[in-house]
Amino acid sequence: MNKNKDRYLSIILISPSILAVLIFVYGFIGWSIRVSLSDWKGLNPNYTWAGSKNYLALFSDPRFHVDIRNTLIFTGVFVIGSIVLGFILAVMLDQGLKGEGIFRSIFLFPMAISYIVTGVVWRWLMNPAEGSRMSGLNLLFDSLNLDFLVNRWHTTPIWGMAAIAIAAIWQMSGYTMALYLAGLRAIPHELREAARIDGASEFQIYRRIILPLLTPISLSALIILGHMSLKVFDLIIAIAGKQLPLDVPAIYMWQTTFDGLFYSRGAAIGILLLISVAVLIIPYIRYTLKAED
Amino acid sequence: MSKKFWSSLIAILLLSAVVLTACGGAAPESPAEEAAPAEEESMEMEDAQVEVFSWWTGGGEAAGLDAMIEVFGAEYTDVEFVNAAVAGGAGTNARAVLASRLQAGDPPDSWQGHAGQELIGTYVVGGQIEALNDLYDAEGWVDVMPETLIPLISHEGNIYSVPVNIHRANVMWYNPTVLSDNGVEVPATMDEWFAAMDTLQAAGVTPLALGEQWTQLHLLETVLLGSLGSDAYDGLWDGSTDWASAEVTAALDDFAKVLTYTNSDAASLSWQDASQLVVNGDAAFNVMGDWAAGYYIELELTAMEDYGWAPTPGSVGVFQFLSDSFTLAVGAPHPEGAEAWLKVAGSKAGQEAFNPVKGSICARTDCDPSLFGEYLQSAMEDWGSNTVSGSLTHGVVANDSWKSEIDTALGLFVAGQDVAGFQDALVAACASSGPCK
Repeated sequence: MNKNKDRYLSIILISPSILAVLIFVYGFIGWSIRVSLSDWKGLNPNYTWAGSKNYLALFSDPRFHVDIRNTLIFTGVFVIGSIVLGFILAVMLDQGLKGEGIFRSIFLFPMAISYIVTGVVWRWLMNPAEGSRMSGLNLLFDSLNLDFLVNRWHTTPIWGMAAIAIAAIWQMSGYTMALYLAGLRAIPHELREAARIDGASEFQIYRRIILPLLTPISLSALIILGHMSLKVFDLIIAIAGKQLPLDVPAIYMWQTTFDGLFYSRGAAIGILLLISVAVLIIPYIRYTLKAED
Repeated sequence: MSKKFWSSLIAILLLSAVVLTACGGAAPESPAEEAAPAEEESMEMEDAQVEVFSWWTGGGEAAGLDAMIEVFGAEYTDVEFVNAAVAGGAGTNARAVLASRLQAGDPPDSWQGHAGQELIGTYVVGGQIEALNDLYDAEGWVDVMPETLIPLISHEGNIYSVPVNIHRANVMWYNPTVLSDNGVEVPATMDEWFAAMDTLQAAGVTPLALGEQWTQLHLLETVLLGSLGSDAYDGLWDGSTDWASAEVTAALDDFAKVLTYTNSDAASLSWQDASQLVVNGDAAFNVMGDWAAGYYIELELTAMEDYGWAPTPGSVGVFQFLSDSFTLAVGAPHPEGAEAWLKVAGSKAGQEAFNPVKGSICARTDCDPSLFGEYLQSAMEDWGSNTVSGSLTHGVVANDSWKSEIDTALGLFVAGQDVAGFQDALVAACASSGPCK
């Protein structure tokens, strides 16, 4: 009896949010799919059925090719960079050095900053100006006689996106560090000691024991960083503005919808973004749900 | 234990009751307050308001708007002015907000928009704004504005907006000292320009300062105008000049060549940064609209000494304009207030209050030149005498969809430098979103 009543109460309590999620998330996803299959261009809604026209056009759209290339570069550099750097920081902090708390906070602070602020700061640091107008990191490299490090940053053709990823790594590697640090602390000392007694080197301990035990953490980091990088928007806008060489699907969606009034094309890009994130997230959710059962 | 359940439920009910009364309590208060005076002062009071939507929230633009609101307030003392300005450069944010308001059926009475196809292609075609021919006739505006302007802001013979100010797009700014040091004259044609830039490049000076992508589009439109001439340039936008023609190829080749004279860090510079390069002596030329004059005045520089100006090469005698204008919404909640606002926006007093502060010239040709600075006086003279052509970047000649397709083609071209592919994309853009069939 009592259990039933608790159940009713919990249903009553969460029903407003379920309703809101149904309308504002799933309802609008459905609406976006409908718009993406229409011919809507201009201010007035036009739901004429256009089938997969918008999607097919995107796949042969040279701008969308640039977007895919940039997303792959950004995701690769950002995810690998944040995970590797975060892991190294966590291992170093795990050595039991003095003032660990201070370092931990310092590495975590960037995460408290919004992408816009990060973007503005890195825009100054990564100033690509040459000659007498040189500034930021290039000026630092130049005055330290490290001329070979002076580069065009985000204005580099094709690989400019990697420069944007550097700013994102700076922001998010502290977060992966925190994840790994928690994971490292959860590994019982007995395991390491047993391995040492068996004559394992420190490298072998990390390679054969610690890393395999940290797999769930690495997976979480991969998913969280991966879906963030697919949606990246504000960081690019803050560093470089709307420039085609640094275009990503989210920026294309925004520009083509609100500047160009191609609503159906914008909706198609949005749905493709949703699918790409879902491909990453849904297996992860299934995996964690299974793990919880 | 069921007691616990009931007490929780009662707590929730109580809580929601409190929330509901809090929300409900606030709402009736204001109508009650307003209801009393409305009854006394007749029905007209309800209409005595005008909501004007713009993206003028800072600098000379906001100050100019305030000056014009003051003129409005003095003339229409009983009409309340509601300033619904949304911040964000060149109105990108504001237009997204406006689009959602229009789709929700909640239009402001009047909104700012670039005169020409930006308004026509979006809002006239969408049936969102009213024709203003009667107002133009009643106020005699056709007689005080340049003859060549009217067709550019009309659609099927109807005029849809009231231009408040005029900016010139085809202005080339230069550093007089850098030019004279290198023995270069101010170029008037494309060939002279290329020769001058060769000399400057050989001397180790960056010939042309350029900024981020929209300034590149701005440069493209002035090169198209200079290379094609105003008739063929105008024809691009009404379908009478073929985008696939050899003369357009030649113009695009010119543009590709112009890009070779620019600074390497263009993508990371704003238009102000690029303007600054010229007055600092880091570059010789810059092509930018005449808001650059306002920026130079802000920097307390001296005209014709620290900076000089001329029409962009090949466009002498042509005034490539852009203009901010105000509209009348279809289904405006306060049509009388909106009309009053438009009358002020088109009046001599309104424009003379707005423009000297904003740093632009009047759309009317009868404003008093003594109110304006040195550059603007020269612009006013040209406005009254030159052939008027429209700007692409600033919304006069192409609708938003077309412009955004051209912008994408330009971005791909700047990254890849493929003139033939660029021209193909421009032809396709005109076919999909322009008048070309």
